[in-house]
Amino acid sequence: MTAPPAKEQFDVIIVGAGPAGSAAALLSARAGLKVMLLERGEYPGAKNVSGAVFYGSAILNELIPNWWEHAPVERHICRRDIAFMSPTTSVALDFHCVGDGYGTAPYNGFTVLRPKFDRWLAAQAEAAGAFVLTSAVVDDVLRENGRIVGVRVRREQGEIYGNVVIACDGVNSFLAKKAGLQRTFHPHELSLGVKEVVGLDPAIIQDRFRLNDNDGIAFEYLGAITEDVHGGAFLYTNRDSLSLGVIGQISSLVERRKRPYELLERFKAHPAVAPLVRGSKLREYSAHLIPESGWAMKPKLYTDGMLVAGDAAGFCLAAGLYLEGMNYAMQSGLAAAETAIAACARGNFSARTLAAYQKHLKQRHVSTDFRAYRHAPSFVNGPRLQNLYPEMVACGMEQLFRVDGAPKRKILPLAYRMARQFEMKPGQLFRDAYQVARAYLW
Amino acid sequence: MVMTTHEEKMRTVRFRVAATPHIVLNSEICRNQCSVHACVYVCPANLFVPLDDGGILFNYEQCFECGTCYIACNQEGAIDWSYPDGGYGVTFRES
Repeated sequence: MTAPPAKEQFDVIIVGAGPAGSAAALLSARAGLKVMLLERGEYPGAKNVSGAVFYGSAILNELIPNWWEHAPVERHICRRDIAFMSPTTSVALDFHCVGDGYGTAPYNGFTVLRPKFDRWLAAQAEAAGAFVLTSAVVDDVLRENGRIVGVRVRREQGEIYGNVVIACDGVNSFLAKKAGLQRTFHPHELSLGVKEVVGLDPAIIQDRFRLNDNDGIAFEYLGAITEDVHGGAFLYTNRDSLSLGVIGQISSLVERRKRPYELLERFKAHPAVAPLVRGSKLREYSAHLIPESGWAMKPKLYTDGMLVAGDAAGFCLAAGLYLEGMNYAMQSGLAAAETAIAACARGNFSARTLAAYQKHLKQRHVSTDFRAYRHAPSFVNGPRLQNLYPEMVACGMEQLFRVDGAPKRKILPLAYRMARQFEMKPGQLFRDAYQVARAYLW
Repeated sequence: MVMTTHEEKMRTVRFRVAATPHIVLNSEICRNQCSVHACVYVCPANLFVPLDDGGILFNYEQCFECGTCYIACNQEGAIDWSYPDGGYGVTFRES
């Protein structure tokens, strides 16, 4: 990866070679723009962590037809399992679809290992003509007459000039803050994910999870799995490993004084999880922040000479049924590139011109999805939906199925008893039912 | 080895340690103004060590650069947080 000579002027400078940055670089380079893609890690993906299921297969397929045949993917997800847990019980919804784009091309989602996948994607951008500079930390934006004209890389003569800067520098985006587009966050807006990749023989994975060849399953867990910390857990199948982890809201981790890696150990020890991870061997432990509040923590998305995309823009949909980030990162990166390409054609990089980003985000269904589910995160990521109700369901089912000589209870009295046991008030129940409906039904 | 200690977890992670710390604590604030010390609990790498005098010692060498500590910290100015120099710090291979 060669650095171009200093004092050059780029059309687009993209900061961060994750899915947002690399997608933006790929599209901009293909449009003939002079693109600089900066990455602070030793290689693209070195700093990146997510679950990781990539639900953007169809999106990437438009850019690189049959991309999965060339990319380092693990398994395509054709089973999803959402489990409600009590300390001893789990009740699961098991979705399995082998046809119709789930088990067939272009596939609905793939498990990936981010250091490998992100590195591959950045290489596609480089092959399309983008300069990729790794080991480059961007500390600040450069301004002239009030507008952003480039970035400052932490090294001698680190000034790089460009017409449009696209900040794809992740959840902690210093660039969005330096540009005055983002505020400081509250501990209740972000969650910490801690994760392990554990090695397991592919034949055991296929037998244990009832999978054919390259099929994969994504488990998501709610309820007592994170004890009283607001959050959840996940377990995904890779080719010869599992990715598993626990997610906890920061404010609630602080309040309960819980150590995240201890929650991870208790998750692995849960009677419903332990048999799934049996015989596996730890390969890598990791941690990352998740901008779970989505729409509520969205920065101002553009200013004179700059756009914000990916996690840096809060484009992470954590809405219970959906846990998606990479696909929206990619879509927003592409929308930013489309905006930059049009701005370069006009030779105008003012905020007014770059405001077209909003239109492109809408066309790529980013802002529309986040707007539609804007009520979900604050409620779904709260204590009752993530912890209390799932545990109530698990305990309720345990009593419903129990045969112990006592008279059978019908569901309504049983539900009443569960509500009393968990100290639920009927008013609260109705209010929550309304919230769920407002978040998901209309 | 399904169940692992925190030390065993950390041994699986590769770090290229920079010469200077990228995160600096103002231990005056930690000692005199903070009784919560949230950083001690939430850090996934367990890098914040409470000291006898009420201060906090931070070991930057095995930092994931996740940002949890500065988000969790309720004391303005206690944590000066930035990224390590380019190419240094954590390098994930599998995650």
